[in-house]
Amino acid sequence: MWDYTPTVKDHFLNPRNVGEIPDADAVGEVGSLACGDALKLYLKLDDNKDKILDAKFQTFGCASAIASSSALTEMVRGKNLDEALAISNQDIADFLGGLPEEKMHCSVMGQEALEVAIAKYRGEPIPAHDSEHDHGHAYPEYEGELVCKCFGITDTFLKKVIETNKLTTAEQVTHFTKAGGACGGCIPKIKELIAQVLGEAAALPRTRPEKLSNMKKMQMIQEVLERDIRPLLWADGGDLELIDIDGSKVQVAFRKACAGCASSGNTARMVESKLRDLVAEDIVVEEVPA
Amino acid sequence: MKEIYLDNNATTKVDEAVFEEMRPYFCELYGNPSSMHFFGGQVQGKVVEARNRVAALLGASAEEIIFTACGTESDNAAIRSALEVFPEKRHVITSRVEHPAVLTQCRNLTQRGYRVTEIGVDGEGRLDMEEYKAAIDDDTAIVSFMWANNETGVIFPVEEAAALAKAKGALFHTDAVQAVGKIPINMAVSSIDLLSLSGHKLHAPKGIGVLYVRRGTPFRPFLVGGHQEKSRRAGTENTAAIIALGKACELAAKYMELENNQVKALRDRLQDALMSGIPHARINGGTAERLPNTTSIAFEFVEGESILMHLSELGVCASSGSACTSGSLEPSHVLRAMGVPFTCAHGSIRFSLSRFTTDAEIDTVIREMPPIITLLRKMSPFGREFLKVKG
Repeated sequence: MWDYTPTVKDHFLNPRNVGEIPDADAVGEVGSLACGDALKLYLKLDDNKDKILDAKFQTFGCASAIASSSALTEMVRGKNLDEALAISNQDIADFLGGLPEEKMHCSVMGQEALEVAIAKYRGEPIPAHDSEHDHGHAYPEYEGELVCKCFGITDTFLKKVIETNKLTTAEQVTHFTKAGGACGGCIPKIKELIAQVLGEAAALPRTRPEKLSNMKKMQMIQEVLERDIRPLLWADGGDLELIDIDGSKVQVAFRKACAGCASSGNTARMVESKLRDLVAEDIVVEEVPA
Repeated sequence: MKEIYLDNNATTKVDEAVFEEMRPYFCELYGNPSSMHFFGGQVQGKVVEARNRVAALLGASAEEIIFTACGTESDNAAIRSALEVFPEKRHVITSRVEHPAVLTQCRNLTQRGYRVTEIGVDGEGRLDMEEYKAAIDDDTAIVSFMWANNETGVIFPVEEAAALAKAKGALFHTDAVQAVGKIPINMAVSSIDLLSLSGHKLHAPKGIGVLYVRRGTPFRPFLVGGHQEKSRRAGTENTAAIIALGKACELAAKYMELENNQVKALRDRLQDALMSGIPHARINGGTAERLPNTTSIAFEFVEGESILMHLSELGVCASSGSACTSGSLEPSHVLRAMGVPFTCAHGSIRFSLSRFTTDAEIDTVIREMPPIITLLRKMSPFGREFLKVKG
């Protein structure tokens, strides 16, 4: 049984704002019967056509899909359109006290419906997706190449979700978007996309700062470990944990496949050189036994 | 909250009498049946009795019974053995609707150079015997068809299929995990070579299974390293569970008629009431021959996990063919193989009863189910279109 939070259960059993708004200003529809979940979001704006006065939803799907929809309508009420657009799928999951990772695609579906509704209202281009189609697209057809044929998901959409949620494995991408969850034929392509996104993030111009306060230095060390180093280790089934920072001395412990790996000494040198490149020249990395 | 347990194809309650039978074999009579002293010897006697009881339920003889840890182990052992017995044969036949215990192993074999044919089923879940007849050849090492399907309860003509395999010189295995204890089985007049069963599906505890191996059928062990089970399955016997399974088999024989009358009547009453009380529902495999305790009903335009969660709030335990309950995203491979449309596959609920199911429990489900479906359909964006189309 899924480990749903009390908030998820509450929003599933007592969903807020179920129904239609006949004179809605904005309507966003994503998903299909074939895909196993679908959400239709209705927004009613104030006279200035900026603030969301009312939001309602209709959802076909599992408990977390219904709870995510309910949460979304509660979150957008009273917000203006730009504020609403700033809501991420993680915000929806956080509002619910978290979702099992396998169910994160429900929060993505909510965020997506909101984006579609507002884009359509503003007349921004979103090609209409064919909801009559027997195996219709889960998400409105973003520009780009179709990657997951089972759920109708394009590379543009996948890259966006990978980037926003900092995903590093194909399994995570499936949990967040459903892509690759049926026949599995597109999993190699998903892995390529992850590599692309990670590569692009790494390619951003970054230089070592001239001077650093201790506080800032610690912050940057943590950032580099999270952003640049751990995803590389994950790719090989390994991981590391930051144990302590004492001045320029950084203590790490290797986990999973890296723990006890004969080449963990090399890995420690790699971590050190990366930190020296991006944070400070005098950093020394020490490996603490796992 | 008192549970209303209608998920007996997932697992069953250990019968109190079964539990009493096994209880002394933990703290008091804990001896090893292989030991050369009276203390082990008295356990040995109970294991012999249990083996006889299992054999009696199957119409088998005691030496044809190998105790294993679970149905999955039995399935794995059966198929592996056949491939070792016939190293020159490189073809395996199974069905598209098998339990993963069989299907996963068969699919893995394709990576080792085997040809694997998965025989399809029709819209009612019935095995395509013509496809099977066309597929089997001299290269076929083993055919493995389930006796009854866990999701729909549809029964396969395993005897007929086994006779065909025999004529072609292939071994025939059946995963009878869902069938044993629910429908009569008589291996004395059968062409089946290998049969798997699982204790926890018939009111014995989890962690005990059986592989039946017909006398004279060549067999290579899966687990080696000990003389137990006549060296056909090494490892110290799970004595308490074996003794429990023996008792459970004895009870299953005793209640077989009840299972096929009283339990079936409850199942029929449940499905008739739900079908007449809820529009746009269909029984998966409804016209095929089925187990007496199982019904799988598809409710259009709603999603299974949502139904289960609402039922669970009321204490009702059932299961679904829905993808969302398993973490995979595709609806059940069984319903997809049957060609059940997507509109139904996502909203299929399986109720599986047992001899412990009561009239009052069935009444509760009959009362509570329609409002849940109505509520979820009202919430669904397809509800309106659906009413427009279907009225």
